[in-house]
Amino acid sequence: MADAATEPLLHVEGLHKRFGEHAVLAGASLDVPRGRLVTVLGRSGAGKSVFLKCLADVLQPDEGRICFDGRELKPGDAAVRAEFRRRCSFLFQSNALFDSLTALENVALPLEQTTDLSDKEITERSLEALRQLELDGHRDRYPGQMSGGMQKRLALARAIVTRPELVLFDEPTAGLDPLRRNAVFAMIAKYQRQFGFTAVVVTHDVPEALVASDRVALLDKGRMCFEGTPAEFSASSDGVVCDFRDSTDALGRTLAAIRRGEALQPEDS
Amino acid sequence: MKQSKLELLVGIFVVLGLAAIAYLTIKLGAGALVGGDTYEIEARFTNAGGLNSGSTVVVAGVTVGRVEGIRVDPVDFSAIATLRVMAGLKLPTDTMASIKTTGLIGDKYVLLSPGADETYLATGERITMTESSVDLESLIGKMAFGSVEKESPEEKPIP
Amino acid sequence: MLRIVGRHTLSIVHALGDFALFIGRSFRASVGSRKLGRRIVRAGFEQGARCLPVILIVGTFTGLVLGLQGYYVLNKFGSEGLLGTLVSLSLIREMGPVLAALMIVGQAGSALAAELGIQRNSEQIAALETMGVSSHAFLVAPRLIASLLVYPMQAALFVTVGLVGGSLSGSVLLGLESGTYWSAVERAVESQDVRECFAKAAVFGLLTIGLCAYHGFNAHRCRSATGAQAVSASTTRAVVQSCIIVLAADYVITSFLV
Repeated sequence: MADAATEPLLHVEGLHKRFGEHAVLAGASLDVPRGRLVTVLGRSGAGKSVFLKCLADVLQPDEGRICFDGRELKPGDAAVRAEFRRRCSFLFQSNALFDSLTALENVALPLEQTTDLSDKEITERSLEALRQLELDGHRDRYPGQMSGGMQKRLALARAIVTRPELVLFDEPTAGLDPLRRNAVFAMIAKYQRQFGFTAVVVTHDVPEALVASDRVALLDKGRMCFEGTPAEFSASSDGVVCDFRDSTDALGRTLAAIRRGEALQPEDS
Repeated sequence: MKQSKLELLVGIFVVLGLAAIAYLTIKLGAGALVGGDTYEIEARFTNAGGLNSGSTVVVAGVTVGRVEGIRVDPVDFSAIATLRVMAGLKLPTDTMASIKTTGLIGDKYVLLSPGADETYLATGERITMTESSVDLESLIGKMAFGSVEKESPEEKPIP
Repeated sequence: MLRIVGRHTLSIVHALGDFALFIGRSFRASVGSRKLGRRIVRAGFEQGARCLPVILIVGTFTGLVLGLQGYYVLNKFGSEGLLGTLVSLSLIREMGPVLAALMIVGQAGSALAAELGIQRNSEQIAALETMGVSSHAFLVAPRLIASLLVYPMQAALFVTVGLVGGSLSGSVLLGLESGTYWSAVERAVESQDVRECFAKAAVFGLLTIGLCAYHGFNAHRCRSATGAQAVSASTTRAVVQSCIIVLAADYVITSFLV
């Protein structure tokens, strides 16, 4: 076994997942170093969410190995998986907030159900998490009464309240305007440094991801076609990476062509 | 909904529900006899048709007990009914037991007609004078064939 | 042909086993679950207090109708005195537990299936699992425990108001002596009948609430539809199967007990 400091916190190898005839993951692998923010990019439908859900133990991969902190998560090994769930949080794309519970109850729930803390400590820690995400004025409101951004922050508060070592973010910026997108990435980066957790973010927002993350991976056709630093990503000459990275340029070219009245080139996207 | 209001409503429901359960189990289920002491006596009938364990035992129209069980005497093939009667009720030894019917086709019950003896039936003792179920079919049959007689009680001494 | 029969048999056996595991897992997971009492109270509200009006209304009308119909039938034999016997035994042995269960399925069971289906759809159940919270213990177990307590109470309430309804139609409308009615009721009902009534109600509770929770919880496994349609399909299936199982279980229990 490698040295604990250099060994990745999460090691994923050869993940396969099929839904019926449709193979979504075909051997996806990823290493997530401790304390870093890793972004998994990919176009919609490339299997990013499925990949992340396999990591979070929501879906069972058909094949492949997932090791957390040097220990393999086997389907039958309840103890290791329970340990993993205690140290890992998952932020759903849909937030998956409990709509019949108030903001405070939502945040308190994981503590209440998985720890032995007293009610007073639970309330204190939940309020602290709400305060950190600037939601302490809304503790008695229901998720349905909140805006999309507030719901996202509430979901993040619920994810970090257990002080996890690994947080998995599924499309945290989906459906947000550019300013909010920046804010969400800033928030993730800020709390990631503040609490020292390791983060895996799945997104298709290239510019934000390149600025905020320590490492970038690109998922295409069920496998990782690129894995490296943002600088390496920007410099890469790989075809898929270029398409993805330079999509705005491609749009510019297409629009220019339209304005010139040329026939529309079918863009492969 | 507020937890306190919810608890209040559930509380009201539970009180109502428990009251209904108590009513069914105490007032109806066990009958009026539960709680008081009882004792058992036996009665021998030539025909106990229609009588069940649980049928009521009545004195002068008042329920005083229940039929505990019915079995067949292996010697003379008569029916022996065990009656459980309230302890406060002392029955003279010459009490007569008859099987009666409420209405024309209603439930069978045991009517005890106390006699005038100075001695009383003790636990496990047997009533000597009994009147069996009226067999409706044979009665109708007799009526149809014109041989209706005045039915006399089938009194049977202890063998 | 035989293969079709075999495949369907296997799938039914598989579903039954899955259902039994679901119930068993829920009870096992509930051991030591925090704030379980609070959630049981909420479930007690859903199945109890919120269903109370419909139970009382249906119970009263059932008693009224039984009294009316029974009176006309018994009148032909001159045995109106047995009206109490007829009404009380029908209510306690069959109608109380069965109709109360059907009413709760209609009101609380359908709501439960839909609620769990939506929670499954919006990934709330998956979220619980990623937190390491047992969704069985959190969502299903309190409902099942509450059903074991609430159904007998609802059946008892149903029977009680039904008896009152029977006496209303018997004595107030048709001129039967009220004392005759109530003494017939008290004479007819045995403690065995009352026990049977409560046992039936508790079994119906476990089966129906279990089925509704099972179908809502597994809305994502619905093969014929996805999304909102899957929720509606599994809710329908939950209610229909619950109604069938109440009557089927009633027959089985009655034939074993009598």
